[in-house]
Amino acid sequence: MSKYVIVGGSVAAISAVEAIREVDPAGTIAIIAEEPFPTYSRPLIGDYVSGEATWDKMMYRSDRFWSENKVETFIGSKAVRLNFTERFVETDAGKRIEYEKLLLATGSEPLIPKIDGSNRKGVFVFITLADAENLKAKCEKAEKAVVVGGGLIGVCAADALTEVGAKVTIVELKERLLSLLFNSTASRIIEEAARSSGVDIVTGHTVARIGGMLGDESKVGIVVLDSGETIPCDIVVLAAGVRPRVELVARTGLKVNKGIVVDRFMHTNIPDVYACGDVAEAYDFVSGEGRVLPQWPTAYMEGRTAGHNMAGISEEYSGGTVMSALKYFNVPAVAVGITNPTENNDFEVLTNHDSAKNVYKKVALKDGVIKGFILVNDICKAGVMYYLMQMNVNVARFKSELLSEDFGFISLPEHLRKKILKEVAQ
Amino acid sequence: MKKIVFREEACMGCRLCEVYCIVQHSMSKDIIKSHRREETKPVSRITVEVKKPHIMTARCQQCKTPLCVASCLSGAMYRDAESGLVTHDVDKCIGCWTCTMVCPFGAIVMDKKRKVVAKCDLCQGMQVPACVANCPNDALVYQEVSP
Repeated sequence: MSKYVIVGGSVAAISAVEAIREVDPAGTIAIIAEEPFPTYSRPLIGDYVSGEATWDKMMYRSDRFWSENKVETFIGSKAVRLNFTERFVETDAGKRIEYEKLLLATGSEPLIPKIDGSNRKGVFVFITLADAENLKAKCEKAEKAVVVGGGLIGVCAADALTEVGAKVTIVELKERLLSLLFNSTASRIIEEAARSSGVDIVTGHTVARIGGMLGDESKVGIVVLDSGETIPCDIVVLAAGVRPRVELVARTGLKVNKGIVVDRFMHTNIPDVYACGDVAEAYDFVSGEGRVLPQWPTAYMEGRTAGHNMAGISEEYSGGTVMSALKYFNVPAVAVGITNPTENNDFEVLTNHDSAKNVYKKVALKDGVIKGFILVNDICKAGVMYYLMQMNVNVARFKSELLSEDFGFISLPEHLRKKILKEVAQ
Repeated sequence: MKKIVFREEACMGCRLCEVYCIVQHSMSKDIIKSHRREETKPVSRITVEVKKPHIMTARCQQCKTPLCVASCLSGAMYRDAESGLVTHDVDKCIGCWTCTMVCPFGAIVMDKKRKVVAKCDLCQGMQVPACVANCPNDALVYQEVSP
């Protein structure tokens, strides 16, 4: 019997443990984590493949993190059954772990497109450290790679593979890369950078079939597009995105929409059962509704809120939203919130494209409040904008400054600066 | 904890704070060498921002619940519970710029050459941070701020 039982061992679980320990230094904690690794950082798998991040650098917390926090660990075990009436979790090893408070932080799993031939050797997904190790072992000898999907994971994989010397082709169904995060101008800047690093980009097409190698049909040799075009390759990375891992909670009575539905306290519809991280559908402060956000920083913040609430401190989650900072192909770029508003009548969109400097900025306002923004190649004051957005500040009076080169904390009205300094820093 | 406090009324915008921040975080600790000869000249962790008639310095405020720590992808950014210092392990940083995306003060500086971020460390090991010690008009002061 543990007071707190956490299913999952990545950032949401880690931050929940840290938060629980701030409040309850003694209560017993147990975690059930499938991956046989210490606490590592998933977003760094690209850097791991490229060689920029060593194994040590991959580690998110000390390798004694669990023991330092007096956490009983079931690492390499998989939770296979939940019983909310008798309050226990059962693992694949047949172990029954009883709980007083349960946290589901099972994360997400890769969406694998149904492509004929995707069982061939040399086809990878790119989510976990194990995936990265597999890819790293193979790509040192590889010459040509095809990345299927031009979203964040695909661009990350393409950047890493390019770094290690592979010739990469990205195949994206939409008409441009990173279409969910950026608008066309911003996507173009990143696409140009990728192309000048040697990446081929095929948009508007999909992979119809992954063919075998001449002489060894079990290995990848070629990719056939829906157009009939063929691309010879020895690696294929499937990067079609992720979805919440909810198989554990199926038919348990736990409310699931796209992810596990939680309230502002990370509590599910079942008493004493909480969820956070990629698997949860938590509050998005832009839409005002629940939303699955498979992002590291939001998982951390949700984990903190869950941990505090489980330990008895009532804390309302302030909410997250789409937020990504990118560094791929040496183009620093940020996308936050609604970056492509469609109901143009309600939104006021400000843009500034300095093509000489390759700098692009876009802000979407609604009723004077920032609802989303894109910054490319000049991102150092993104945080000021993010704060204004999160705090629902009406920026109408100084909106002309948002896109200027010298935008910064100084651009805010004096009373606001004083308020923020007081509230945030102290 | 002791923090750097800015007195707008005393600042002339001379930017010596930026100069001495660079010197202090350089290899040579020499004003000429650090600015002219060091291949990887450090970035200043303090920035003077001017919007006449106002002036201020963007720098880390050592937040109590820092967003940069919460959002750090690699675990490089952390807050020392005892001293209250928000600090950054440069060897763990991968330059993903996520902390830059969330700092309300725009105080986390991108060191694009090294592909890492840099932030004010209150000049650990020194009695008074270099920017404060070299501010000619006491616009920057180092004093106890609660909590």
